Amino acid sequence: MFQAEKKFINTEKIAYWVFLVLGVMNVGFVLMICVYLLLAGSPAIVKIGPLDFLFGTQWASTAAQPKFGILPFILTSVYGTIGAIIIGLPLGFFSAVYLAKMCPKKVRMVVEPVVDLLAGIPSVVYGFIGMLVLVPAIREIFGLPDGSGLLAAIIVLAIMILPSIIKVSVTAIEAVPEEYTLGSLALGANKVETIFRVVVPAARSGISAAVVLGVGRAIGEAMAVMMVAGNAANMPYSIFESVRFLTTAVASEMSYSSGLQREALFSIALVLFAFIMIINAILNMLLKKGIKR
Amino acid sequence: MPTSENASAADTSANVFTVRKFNLWYGDHHALHNINMDIKEHSITALIGPSGCGKSTFIRNLNRMNDLIPGVKLEGSIKYNNEELVNSDIDVSKLRKEVGMVFQKPNPFPMSVYDNIAYGPRTHGVRNHAKLDALVSGSLKAAAIYEEVKDRMNSSALGLSGGQQQRLCIARALAVQPHVLLMDEPTSALDPISTGKIEELAMQLKEKYTIVIVTHNMQQALRISDYTAFFLLGDLIEFGPTEKIFSNPEDKRTEDYITGRFG
Ligand SMILES: Nc1ncnc2c1ncn2[C@@H]1O[C@H](COP(=O)(O)OP(=O)(O)O)[C@@H](O)[C@H]1O
Ligand SMILES: [Mg+2]
Repeated sequence: MFQAEKKFINTEKIAYWVFLVLGVMNVGFVLMICVYLLLAGSPAIVKIGPLDFLFGTQWASTAAQPKFGILPFILTSVYGTIGAIIIGLPLGFFSAVYLAKMCPKKVRMVVEPVVDLLAGIPSVVYGFIGMLVLVPAIREIFGLPDGSGLLAAIIVLAIMILPSIIKVSVTAIEAVPEEYTLGSLALGANKVETIFRVVVPAARSGISAAVVLGVGRAIGEAMAVMMVAGNAANMPYSIFESVRFLTTAVASEMSYSSGLQREALFSIALVLFAFIMIINAILNMLLKKGIKR
Repeated sequence: MPTSENASAADTSANVFTVRKFNLWYGDHHALHNINMDIKEHSITALIGPSGCGKSTFIRNLNRMNDLIPGVKLEGSIKYNNEELVNSDIDVSKLRKEVGMVFQKPNPFPMSVYDNIAYGPRTHGVRNHAKLDALVSGSLKAAAIYEEVKDRMNSSALGLSGGQQQRLCIARALAVQPHVLLMDEPTSALDPISTGKIEELAMQLKEKYTIVIVTHNMQQALRISDYTAFFLLGDLIEFGPTEKIFSNPEDKRTEDYITGRFG
């Protein structure tokens, strides 16, 4: 009896230390990334001037008189992410409601593995399919010389964030206690009213978590976007414009960059990092509010 | 079931539910056998019996909540006033508006007190603010909880105590102006004081409503009900005026159960 207890304490101690070390390592890595990005990203901002860097509308990094304005990338990332959410969130949300509450078991048994599969497909494949199917389709439909641009990128991003939005929303909807549904039906409400007036509001904190994931994935995506966005450093004045995102701006020049150009790319990475931190903080705040209510 | 027919012959007030030769199966499991029962207007009918005997199964047929369980098969007849409920093509939403239900575990929605009560009326098309306000406060008063929540109408109903939540659920059911209130062990999750309040409330409510209550607690059935139905393994063993069931049961099994010899 005593021996058993001793053993138990020992495993608990070991577990404690293992988790402590892992936790410290985790925090350490994040801190290291922060510090490194700050050190690597600040010099160019100082040299170029923060206002010229953030609000300059021209990026010409290899010109004889180089210009390092990243407003086109910032706006493209913002528009691209918002666009992807505007398309992807309702689509994912209604799919989730349908899967969790309405569809026959058999349909669900087919659709759920497909959604899982979609989540696991590498982004380069999305980009490839976008290039082969979506870009020509946009060119034909709108009669443009080239179909790649902001719209194609938005659609690809929307499709890419669908699986995570669906999965997280389904989980959130299914976590809503059955008693709420019964209570509503017993008052004479029908199934659809019950879903949208009781179940979905009860799941709203989980559904905002789905938005967090979607925004995070959309703003951080580089590869698929690079293949369909056209990749010219234009201001995103229209949805057909050939554009670069913050991510693709870094990725497309990094391999051959040098000097101030290279430093500026680090600065773009720093801006992207700041964006992701801010968005996460805002959405986390919303999430906490949702849980409290 | 001769006993139940005796009971119905004894009382001439109107039947709200008339149950005849009612059978229910969950797949192959025959859960209710040939039930006959008359439920009288403005009375409290208690359903008692050991757990698993079919009390919840039975009460769920009175507002067609069994529709939600796949594989349920019904036979026989349950008339609500003159409307056939068994396997019929009625407006279930309208039925449930008239036949309200309170559950074992208090289940207020995760919304404000006000929105909980207003939910039912809104569902049935009441949009007028003054009318909603009147319905909300009227229902809360009728459920004897108004004084406790009148200053926190806009805070979450989940912050109330269990007993308050259950009375809120009764108020929520009353807000759609039902005729019947079904309660499935409404006090089994509550402390004795809250239980007492709900019992008192039930006795007040029967002036205006017809009440059917499932209870595990024989003392409760004796205290508040006018009629008692004793179920055992899916059979309705005995049904009649509560006094008679408790003082002079006809069936040996009823006597054994109420004297606590089993269950
Ligand atoms: N949803 C269901 N599916 C299958 N069998 C059920 C279901 N609900 C209840 N039963 C069965 O029906 C019988 C009566 O159950 P129930 O009505 O819940 O009893 P009580 O409320 O008297 O405790 C039990 O044998 C139970 O296992
Ligand atoms: Mg039960």
